[in-house]
Amino acid sequence: MKTKVLASSLLFLLLSALIGCRSSAPKPRAKAGGEAPDFTITDIQGKKLSLADYKGKVVLLDFWATWCAPCLEEIPHFITMQEKLGAQGFQAIGISMDDGPKPVEKFYAEHKLNYPVAVGDSTLADSYGGILGLPVTFVINRDGQIRKKFVGATDTALIEQEVLAALGQ
Amino acid sequence: MKSFRNLVKVFAPGVLALMLCAALASPMFAQFVQSVPPDPQIPSKQLISPEDLVQMLKTQKPLVLSIGPRSLYDQARIPGAEFIGGTSSAEGLNALTQRLKAEPKNKLIVLYCGCCPWNHCPNVHPAYKELRNLGYTNVRVLYIANNFGVDWVNKGYPTTRG
Repeated sequence: MKTKVLASSLLFLLLSALIGCRSSAPKPRAKAGGEAPDFTITDIQGKKLSLADYKGKVVLLDFWATWCAPCLEEIPHFITMQEKLGAQGFQAIGISMDDGPKPVEKFYAEHKLNYPVAVGDSTLADSYGGILGLPVTFVINRDGQIRKKFVGATDTALIEQEVLAALGQ
Repeated sequence: MKSFRNLVKVFAPGVLALMLCAALASPMFAQFVQSVPPDPQIPSKQLISPEDLVQMLKTQKPLVLSIGPRSLYDQARIPGAEFIGGTSSAEGLNALTQRLKAEPKNKLIVLYCGCCPWNHCPNVHPAYKELRNLGYTNVRVLYIANNFGVDWVNKGYPTTRG
């Protein structure tokens, strides 16, 4: 009898522990090694922006916002990278997570961004595993595979290093 | 019966280890090891850690207001949270004021953003200041060190979306 009680208690505790450890965190769909989800949206200049159009190039896909201070620190480096590496098959793309295009258009003009920028939404963010904080930067290989994902403020030298490696340098 | 006892003997250490894991992963333990650092603009007693908010939501019904961007709210939010929008702008602060118009000054209100690291968040400080100026006395601000993904969603705390 004692053994049965002990066994039942252990089983109950085991189940409780398992239930207690349950996690509701979403499973990311876009991760290093996986294919970068394609998207087609309109950029802030009114042009079609489709990731598929950049196949064959190394793409830096930057999720940012005008109110995100660490994002704004990275952008001048991305502009320089575009200038320096564009001819070698590099392409930066910015996806702003601002609530509307107005501040993005203003920022784009003021800082003379030299790469396409569009305003993203939760659907696009979801396809990249959820953008639940900024900045998030993806480096995508020439074959459309995600090479690296950087979450949060990152030393841009590390990002450039990854891009150069993807470019074969 | 003897073999059953042996089975219990074999599994008991594993079960105990699992229980220990569950205890270490529990919000109370996290609360024990993680403290909220001081903020020059918001008194420590007004800050609340994610672990403490999870516990609070089980026993109280605070008015939880999301003062971050729409895309973040749409992807994942604290259950029951209402969307206000970024309070770094006059428009966002106005939305906050309008929402609270009919609420008593002693209403328990929790503000949260999580758009980016705490020291870079443009929303929490103006929102807290606004509520203090309006005379709300029971305001807590969720301390999110990195962002909502890292400090709430990835930890398995409850969320809803849509």
